[in-house]
Amino acid sequence: MTDPTSTDPEDGADGADGADTSALPATEREAGAPNDTTIRASAREGESSGHPDTPQSPPISRDEYLKVGPGGEGIGLSAETSEGHQELTRRSTTDPGELRREVGAVLRLPEGVVIDPANIDVEQSDDNTMIINMGPQHPSTHGVLRLMFELDGETVLRTKPVIGYLHTGMEKTAEELTYVQGSTNVTRMDYLSPLHNELVLSLAVEALLGIELPPRADWIRMLMTELNRVSSHLMWMATNGMDLGSTSMMIYGFREREMVLAFFEKTTGLRMNHNFIRPGGTAADLPDGWEDDVTIICDTVLPRTDEYDELLTGQPLFRQRTESIGRLSAEEALALSLTGPILRSTGVPWDLRRSMPYLHYDQVDFDVIVGTYGDNFDRYSVRLNEIRESIRIIRQIVEKMPPGDYRVQDKKVTPPPRARIDESMEALIHHFKVFTEGFKVPEGEVYVAIESPRGELGCYLVSDGSSKPYRMHIRGPSFVNLQALPVMMRGGLLADAVSVCSSVDPVMGEVDR
Amino acid sequence: MTGAAETTSVNPVAPVNPVEGPADTAGLSDSGGGSSRFPGRPIQEIVFPIREQYLSVVQGYRDDGFEMCIDLCGVDYLTHFNRQLPDGVPPERFEVVVNLLSLSTARRVRLRVQLPESDLEAASIFDVYPGVEAMEREAFDMFGIIFAGHPDLTRILMPEDWEGHPLRKDYGVGRVPVQFKGAPGPR
Repeated sequence: MTDPTSTDPEDGADGADGADTSALPATEREAGAPNDTTIRASAREGESSGHPDTPQSPPISRDEYLKVGPGGEGIGLSAETSEGHQELTRRSTTDPGELRREVGAVLRLPEGVVIDPANIDVEQSDDNTMIINMGPQHPSTHGVLRLMFELDGETVLRTKPVIGYLHTGMEKTAEELTYVQGSTNVTRMDYLSPLHNELVLSLAVEALLGIELPPRADWIRMLMTELNRVSSHLMWMATNGMDLGSTSMMIYGFREREMVLAFFEKTTGLRMNHNFIRPGGTAADLPDGWEDDVTIICDTVLPRTDEYDELLTGQPLFRQRTESIGRLSAEEALALSLTGPILRSTGVPWDLRRSMPYLHYDQVDFDVIVGTYGDNFDRYSVRLNEIRESIRIIRQIVEKMPPGDYRVQDKKVTPPPRARIDESMEALIHHFKVFTEGFKVPEGEVYVAIESPRGELGCYLVSDGSSKPYRMHIRGPSFVNLQALPVMMRGGLLADAVSVCSSVDPVMGEVDR
Repeated sequence: MTGAAETTSVNPVAPVNPVEGPADTAGLSDSGGGSSRFPGRPIQEIVFPIREQYLSVVQGYRDDGFEMCIDLCGVDYLTHFNRQLPDGVPPERFEVVVNLLSLSTARRVRLRVQLPESDLEAASIFDVYPGVEAMEREAFDMFGIIFAGHPDLTRILMPEDWEGHPLRKDYGVGRVPVQFKGAPGPR
């Protein structure tokens, strides 16, 4: 670990009204969900390395079983069938690995690693449980996510997220588009943080091209993506509030997000799907007076986060619905490849901006926010405080923004300035070529990852030397993070399922791509 | 984090790496010129395990502290068959590309496993990294790569009854003409 500064999320989140949970012992917080405790206890006893337990020795060995005569007397079961003599192995001799696969075929429980497979209660799942379906058309699934629950009373046993309802083949589409057109495509994946999508593609293309950008282009990118992180987290605060019944939070979150989007519209021309960050730089320079706009956003949003504190953090209803709900251990989060606020809420200080810096994140000062318990409340605290940290970064960017060019002056990738087109035939041809044929990118493969508001956003780009990507794979953090749902929901109440789903912050456009 | 060129090295961890001898690092960098600006570049190895040793190589990295499998995807090299590969790695049509991440040392390693079209089966690394559950299903869905040992290898993005694997290069890109409601039909 590269020694990131960690701050306790509750320090800030609690500030306004002084209710301090971090002072509470862990047991007291756990006591809120008795169903949860037993599951977690068994989960934590399992080893962390990500291996399923070795099969337990069955109570009855196979040899012992085979000794039983064919008449059916004894332990085993046997019968004369049309296929001849058949012997059935008793359920207790099925080894746990087999049992897990068998159970997984109906409703998947991928945490075989962290929950002892021998604990899966097969008998129970026949009579007393019920399978219900939620979505894909459900307002609290944040899009077209479908969830299948296996319920025992009101307790959720197993969950299976079913996705693909928004699959539009964007990775296939990317192979048909040039690198110039590519950012128009990827920006529609994670529609709440479109600039991050554009950034990761641009970084990948630039890595293959081997071009170095002028510093101002990088700083503009940092400014825009940090603002986008603020707007994305605000949107999450809003929808999470709505899922928990706080419509005020929804209104407030959208109100503040609107300020950021207005700045985006002023800068890029669009509120969403900007196509602003492109291979080779950005589409345009920042507008005149951008410092004032950004400062106003910072000066408004920062005090408003304290208002959210007053509204939610200390509110007993909110706390009861979030504390110790959907708990996740660090081992589980790592095993399930979770990244972003979910991973950090379990106490792992992993933030690509700090651990593997890109752009100029090594030159700005910020804290990596981590949680302690990995429950819904920690995920809320992490995101709320990340808004504050992002604003801190944005203020530094405003100070440090260097003068210069906003895109690389490489004729291969950069079209000529608009004024040149009117006076030079060659410039017109050049402009035409760049936007129709695109530019050729050297052969090779590259994997580039950045920290999006939802976690590690990666792009694996394969070039065959032409002007279109041979293969573009986007590692969407939401796609992977959805795997946490079965683990988080197991043993919880159905009423908390919406809250847990919301705390994962899935964006279905990115999940299904 | 200096701008050191990315290396294509043999696996220093697991002794089972099939790449014999030092691979040519000059010819197989991740990209063009090096720059510390790009994430994932400074310290990343690329390893080419053969299919039979894939699982044990992954296990070796897991034991060596690569806590997380960050990405797994397939690539179909049908129309770009002669890409650059180190000596001793015969190119095949399909590749499974796995990106592992070590949080403790901030390192990434990429594994590229060659799979022939005639026998599209690789071991599932679900037992090592359960987080690949969805990713392996996606690679199966999009390329038809079979991951032996996966607990629930079904389609994940496409409908269950879909035929074909869309991200293969020989899978045609269909075009549906745009129909506007109420538009007059062809006369």
